[in-house]
Amino acid sequence: MAHETPPHWDRSMRQRLRRGEAAALAELYDRFASLAYGTARRVLDDEADTGEVTREVFSLIWQSPHDFDPDKGPMRSWIAAAAHRLAVDRLRRRPGPSGASPAEQAELVRAASTAARADYIVTAMPAPLRDALELTRFQRQDCRQMAERLGISEAEARRRLRLGLQLLSSAARYSPDAGRPAEPGREHA
Amino acid sequence: MSAPLDDRDHQDLMSLLGAWALAACTPKEAERVEAHLGECGRCAEEALGLRDAATLLEPQRSLDLDPGLRTAVLADCLARRPARQPLPSWAAPFDAEAARLDALLNDMAEDEWRTPVSLRWFADDQWSWRRTTVAGVVDHLLAGDGPLARAVGLRDPAGTDPAGGPPGHLPDAGDGARGERCPAWQPWRDRTRSLVRKAGELGGRTGERTLPRAAFGDPGRFPGDGDRVPLSDAYLDRAFACWVHAGDIAEAVEYPYAPPHGPHLRLLVDLNARRLPGSIAGRRRAGLAVSPARLTTAGTPGRTLHLEVEGTGGGHWYIPLDSPVAGVSRTQARDAVAHVALDDVVFCQLAAGRTSPEDAASGVEGDPAVIHDVLSAAAALSRP
Repeated sequence: MAHETPPHWDRSMRQRLRRGEAAALAELYDRFASLAYGTARRVLDDEADTGEVTREVFSLIWQSPHDFDPDKGPMRSWIAAAAHRLAVDRLRRRPGPSGASPAEQAELVRAASTAARADYIVTAMPAPLRDALELTRFQRQDCRQMAERLGISEAEARRRLRLGLQLLSSAARYSPDAGRPAEPGREHA
Repeated sequence: MSAPLDDRDHQDLMSLLGAWALAACTPKEAERVEAHLGECGRCAEEALGLRDAATLLEPQRSLDLDPGLRTAVLADCLARRPARQPLPSWAAPFDAEAARLDALLNDMAEDEWRTPVSLRWFADDQWSWRRTTVAGVVDHLLAGDGPLARAVGLRDPAGTDPAGGPPGHLPDAGDGARGERCPAWQPWRDRTRSLVRKAGELGGRTGERTLPRAAFGDPGRFPGDGDRVPLSDAYLDRAFACWVHAGDIAEAVEYPYAPPHGPHLRLLVDLNARRLPGSIAGRRRAGLAVSPARLTTAGTPGRTLHLEVEGTGGGHWYIPLDSPVAGVSRTQARDAVAHVALDDVVFCQLAAGRTSPEDAASGVEGDPAVIHDVLSAAAALSRP
């Protein structure tokens, strides 16, 4: 599901949100609610909290559409990053398991954040890589079977698995705090 | 690093690291890789990183978002920053129902698109059927939205025409797959979006704007008998069709499908209650009525039936029985010749031809012939 919205769509959506078009808000929700919800749920593993984060994400962009800058990346990444950041914030505020040291608590947060980022990377990677990973990981196909199923050479099958995992391994390096706005975004009239 | 292997071997083993991390190479290959990892620090480091990455892979779960969350999130946003171009209340059910059906279609497996569906309606006091598939129902909805779309000045949807979409058109999730599964799916979704957007642009209170009745080619579809039809009713009519057919699809593929949000359901119940007098008169003209006619002269009060609809979409309606245009006073309401009580969803199912007059009412009181006529007239509101 690598559905990045083209820049012209992102720009026109931002414009419509800025104009205060309720129909644009509904359209935005329909397109990105499952992305925001899925990201937050992977971090929080709780329906009520996940719903709250989803609400916060849409409220952010609806209230200050200019916080999203199409020159810095697609709206899809913006929504995913916002959901991720808000979910991690919420997880940090949650009381940890009794007896957990601050370091253990920080590790829990880090693991949840990495898992959520990994999900995002999988949905955003090119479909051929994702299909290769899924066939081997979940359908337990070995390289040869997978190559046959996809009609590619075994060398290509290996290449896709390695490249896919390389992309995925960047999840551990992702920081939810990067790109955090220093102050609430200012709306340019 | 000591490198007893030549570069070709190293490259070859390195290319296997992804497959090794996923346990997808042959035992022989795995053995070679592991021997190499003991000797090559660079590959060992990458191999460990890839194996950690492999543990992060999780099957993609279907999310199945609660439609209530959509309502809550949008309401919360609009409370924090009121829309400068709000969505009129009469377009809200169409917006919500189209989004719900789209989510249902997104969740369906490829073969489910070919599941048979039979569409049923009640005309001339007889049941008719049309057999189609899930994909056929979406096609039917697309066609059904056509007259309204044209009446409000929208072009025919893209998707059928690969040359171009409406401005800002964007393929949805898995758009390519959408077209393969059902050619009508994306054009239907695009058109529902355009219609919602158009409603926001046009705005107006309920009943404020009108369209020519002739634009719909089915005069009995809307309440009253004037030359013009309220735009608000035209949108409610399409919301109703969308929900009813989404229900058909959900039933065919055995997915649960809840009724619309309470306030939306009430608008749909109200639309059908207002359509009833015209349908009663139509059956009488066609000689199908079993209760004797009573001609009313101007100024004489006609008889009424008290329709009590229960549930979050419910309320009380007083249906004039003798003339579709007769107003109903409070006194007449008190003197209703019959009383029918039924559930909000059941009333809608009756009006959609999804349940029969015999099974619909949960409580009746009064003239049985009148009750029979009114329930049959409700069923006769159904359309192919």
